Amino acid sequence: MLNQLKNKSGLFKDKSWEIALLGVAVLVFIFNSLASPYFLDLWNLSDATFNFTEKAIIALPMALLIIGRDIDLSVASIIAICSVAMGLVAQAGGGITLIVLTGMSVGMLAGAINGFLVTYYAIPSIVVTIGTMSLFRGLSYIILGDGVLKDYPDGFSFFGQGYVVGALSFELVFFLVVALLFYLLLHRTVFGRVVFAIGNNPTAAFYSGVAVNRYRFLLFVLVGLASGIASVMLTSRLGSTRPTIALGWELSIITMVVLGGVNILGGSGSILGVVIAVFLMGLVTFGLGLLNVPGIVMSVVIGMMLIGVISIPVLLKKYHARVGAT
Amino acid sequence: MFNLLRAKLREIYLTAIILVIAIAVTFKSADFMTSGNIIEIFNDTSILAMLALGQMLVIITRGIDLSVASNLALTGMIVALMNTQFPELSMVYFIVLAIVVGMALGAINGLLIWKLSLPSIVVTLGTMAIFRGVIFIISNGTWVNSHELSEAFISLPRTVILGFPVLNYFGLATLAAVILFVTYIKSGREIYACGSNPAAAVYTGIDVGKIQCLTFVISGAIAGLCGYLWVARYAVAYVDIANGFELQVVAACVIGGVSIAGGRGSIIGCMLGCLFLGVIKNALPVIGISPFWQMAISGFVIIAAVVLNSKSAGKKKKIILKPQSAALAS
Repeated sequence: MLNQLKNKSGLFKDKSWEIALLGVAVLVFIFNSLASPYFLDLWNLSDATFNFTEKAIIALPMALLIIGRDIDLSVASIIAICSVAMGLVAQAGGGITLIVLTGMSVGMLAGAINGFLVTYYAIPSIVVTIGTMSLFRGLSYIILGDGVLKDYPDGFSFFGQGYVVGALSFELVFFLVVALLFYLLLHRTVFGRVVFAIGNNPTAAFYSGVAVNRYRFLLFVLVGLASGIASVMLTSRLGSTRPTIALGWELSIITMVVLGGVNILGGSGSILGVVIAVFLMGLVTFGLGLLNVPGIVMSVVIGMMLIGVISIPVLLKKYHARVGAT
Repeated sequence: MFNLLRAKLREIYLTAIILVIAIAVTFKSADFMTSGNIIEIFNDTSILAMLALGQMLVIITRGIDLSVASNLALTGMIVALMNTQFPELSMVYFIVLAIVVGMALGAINGLLIWKLSLPSIVVTLGTMAIFRGVIFIISNGTWVNSHELSEAFISLPRTVILGFPVLNYFGLATLAAVILFVTYIKSGREIYACGSNPAAAVYTGIDVGKIQCLTFVISGAIAGLCGYLWVARYAVAYVDIANGFELQVVAACVIGGVSIAGGRGSIIGCMLGCLFLGVIKNALPVIGISPFWQMAISGFVIIAAVVLNSKSAGKKKKIILKPQSAALAS
């Protein structure tokens, strides 16, 4: 009997987290639409997506990085340094293509620096990225001081403010496409399997012929590239660059990933979970915003969600163990 | 003798670097090495050093406490609000209150990490945001300004005794307590055992989770005390005080040679790491470099410190684990 139950829970175990998240998201959606008359409005909902699409684009490769047992705390600082670089190019009269390419390549370069330090010197990624978090943000401060860059050409605003069809923004469409790509990459390719293998046991992966460090390096570059793209969108949306841009974003991005069911110790997680978590967090912050809850109080809610979400599986396990023992 | 020197190599390097910087800056401006400025550097570094000592204990047991700055700010706000309500109370009560509140906040981290075996980085990332938000809720986003605080409350850390402000004595007392703790107290010794090999520590009868929890409680208590000191020193409490300071605290530990992988870290190294950051911070304005450089420099120094550290650690490892360390270095 007990075995049967175990098997049954095993059957649901694969997707149980995603189903639970989806359930919560639906509940929040219903609650929001009842709590505020302004919630169920196409343009309001569309506007609300801008608050999380940029973070969500970074959350996707971050999920892969965390599954592979690393972490990158420097993402928000990479956004800042990319934005500063783009601002300087724009100031020098660079065209839109050049600005976007600058943002993306500076992001990749920053990611490559992280990846190099982590893999070549075998330093824990948390220490490296705490260091580069200060370094990249610090460089932005050195270049800009308390100044601001805002000489962006007219067409540049499309990336952060443009719409593809109707109320469907470019940012949202881009996120959905990238999410699909990451789904395929993680769950349908050899690359994805290798990431899981590294996360479960890097030593075993190494001895079965996986170039572990090359994969870890690539993941850091990927996170850097995503941060560069997010920086293009955020800079385009704000229309200006200050050194404090995207300050503290790493917290919400890591919360999205962990909320999505990715094990912070590596080895397991799914893109579907992360995508649902992204929308759930978007719904919660949007709902709280409609209820006039200030941003700093929202961070209390997000912090509690983060801790609550990682405690629930442990508490359930403890409860099951106690029930099983008696 | 040679072995002793090698074991202390990092401390010697750090001391040498600090001295070189100090002397170089003195050439630029003779005021730098005056006793007044040196006391000023100690004064500036005291709070950082206290927090770094607590953080060191946490990191040695393989944890990390990212919530210290938020704990400091929240406790500071609570103590400041209490002071506006009860300005006549003796300072002893406020200091005890700060330590107890900080301890309780640290215990929240510690218990979550011990009882639910949650990773400390996620828990403290969460409490970092929660504590900061709670400040806003209890203060309604307003500031507690110096005129609302009692005279005794503000003046205590600045009172000069035997040439040094009281703030320094708080730092020294914390230093003495932590030295006693890791040298003579059983749980203090067990911290190193938990960090270098948790599995072995369990077999020798140590409750690893409990020791980890203890380090978070200590770190919290110190953060709470620093909360009072910070608010009193700057004579103001608001939501954003010490925002991001946790990174400097972790940086001081890492520069001082506290291994983020746990098990290793000396109090002298940790203190030198703080002094290093303190000297840099004080030297920049003296040699005419904009304070905007400070963040990038400390980031660069963290990376340089861990890169140097990783090379020396790599050499030792190679003898035992040749294939793997070769693999990791490639």
